[in-house]
Amino acid sequence: MVSEKDVSYVADLAHLELTTEERARMLKDLNSILGYIERLNQLDTSNVEPMAQVAGRYGASSETTGGTFEYVMRPDELRPSLPHDEAMSNAPQTDGTFFKVPKVIER
Amino acid sequence: MNIELLTVHSARTAVLEKQITATALVDAFYQKIEAEDPAIGAYLTLCKDRAHRQAERVDALADKGDALSPLAGVPIAIKDVLATKGVRTTAGSKILDNFISPYDATAVARLEAAGAIVLGKTNCDEFAMGSSNENSGFHPVKNPRDHSRVPGGSSGGSAAVVAAGTAVASLGSDTGGSIRQPGAFCGVVGLKPTYGRVSRYGLIAFASSLDHVGPFGKTVKDVALILQHMAGRDPLDSTSADLPVPNYMQQVGEPVKGLRVGVPTEYFGEGLDPEVRAAVEAGIQELAKAGCEIVSVSLPHTEYAIPTYYLIATAEASANLARFDGVRYGIRAKEAKTLAEMYCKTRDAGFGTEVKRRIMLGTYALSSGYYDAYYLKAQRVRSLLARDFDEAYAQVDVIVTPTTPTPAFKLGEKSDDPLAMYLADIYTVTANLVGVPGITVPCGNSKGGLPIGLQILGKHFDEATVLRTAHVVEHALAEKVG
Repeated sequence: MVSEKDVSYVADLAHLELTTEERARMLKDLNSILGYIERLNQLDTSNVEPMAQVAGRYGASSETTGGTFEYVMRPDELRPSLPHDEAMSNAPQTDGTFFKVPKVIER
Repeated sequence: MNIELLTVHSARTAVLEKQITATALVDAFYQKIEAEDPAIGAYLTLCKDRAHRQAERVDALADKGDALSPLAGVPIAIKDVLATKGVRTTAGSKILDNFISPYDATAVARLEAAGAIVLGKTNCDEFAMGSSNENSGFHPVKNPRDHSRVPGGSSGGSAAVVAAGTAVASLGSDTGGSIRQPGAFCGVVGLKPTYGRVSRYGLIAFASSLDHVGPFGKTVKDVALILQHMAGRDPLDSTSADLPVPNYMQQVGEPVKGLRVGVPTEYFGEGLDPEVRAAVEAGIQELAKAGCEIVSVSLPHTEYAIPTYYLIATAEASANLARFDGVRYGIRAKEAKTLAEMYCKTRDAGFGTEVKRRIMLGTYALSSGYYDAYYLKAQRVRSLLARDFDEAYAQVDVIVTPTTPTPAFKLGEKSDDPLAMYLADIYTVTANLVGVPGITVPCGNSKGGLPIGLQILGKHFDEATVLRTAHVVEHALAEKVG
């Protein structure tokens, strides 16, 4: 069971504040969803490998490069990337070179 | 010209044979969108300048008598989770309300290189999280077949524009059924390719091990054509497979005699609407008539797919959505005094309820003390689900199921019950966990006139057989679907 304290702790980890109403709703919803998820414990998985992604299991070999689908290597060469001004174009606040943010440490 | 009826093939032919210029075609679509879309709400942003520039390029080539590219002049729409250079790209979220993408997603760039014309960006559940489109940060989309019902989600806008004829075809994304479920609800064809078949560069990430890009169309041939021109290795996406892309169009229309079609008992059990069952069984009958061998198979871990999915998808989402912090793009809360406060206030204001719920669930599942019990457990069950499919595919070539347990539900019907909403994806999530391709094709209508979808799942990288099978169902049932 998730408690109110858990909700506060997880909200902190996730950088969410949540209103009082949102916290109450979250407590109810998380418990209902986790209650449903409980059914996974009906399965004995002690001898089953975890599967993090599809490509690891179905890594199809490439006919052209001999490499696999899972681990793709490329030469470490300098290539064009997004120009600085375009990369900054959506920033809420900049000084022209860097992203500006509020104070990190209070003095 | 009735533009509502145009397919990818007939739209290109119309331009090629100069029945209409690409520019006039684009204008006709914008007129239709402006007249009809406000009642449906499928478009979030129109990109008229970009569409007109592309139409002029096509027309100039046509005037010179040059060979036209394979999708030349075909007006399409793009789900707003795919980046489009110089065009607002929101992922259906207020947190990206003002985001203008500085680059194009590979799938979009490839379709444009093949001559397609992007009309605009379609509405969706916020960050593709939802099964009804009611989680859009902007407004819900209505099902063009019945405005009191949802179009499905999360790619509801992309399904709706094809159903309404306000685009010829479209792109969506599918993380747990987000192409196939709305495809079924709106009565159109929707394809989720194999994991690795289509580049995801420029797709705003929801759950990276489950996210796929795929097409919607009016016909199986249309989705085959769109897939043809976006599939294949992309150096910008290390998870795209370096495998040859077959000629899909050549295989659509080929006979299916002797094909082994698996019917999994677990997909026809409790919770399946009787009308959906009857329509899907009629589709299976048609495959038998066409010479397929129908084989009963078992996917014994099916009932564990939804809980597995909602742990893995939310865990990955909580990590992927950490980037939305008000620093580099999107909105920023103004009143914050410290950096930490700015992060929280920005995310509180920018994210909707469902997105916050999933971030919370995912963060919880990954948090210290719970990681093994939830996240790792789900990854182990994911292996069992993959094993189910390995065993079934040792006996059969494709698997046929209903796409959804019921036809489209009413707006508001499930919006207060997240668990009930999650169960709308019960037949679609497994294909994402296992990575196999899947298509939905209309197979009938309910008595109330709502479309019903039949799902065909194939082996990894065997979209060709999936398309071939879907084409047979589509043609056999054309009269029933109407």
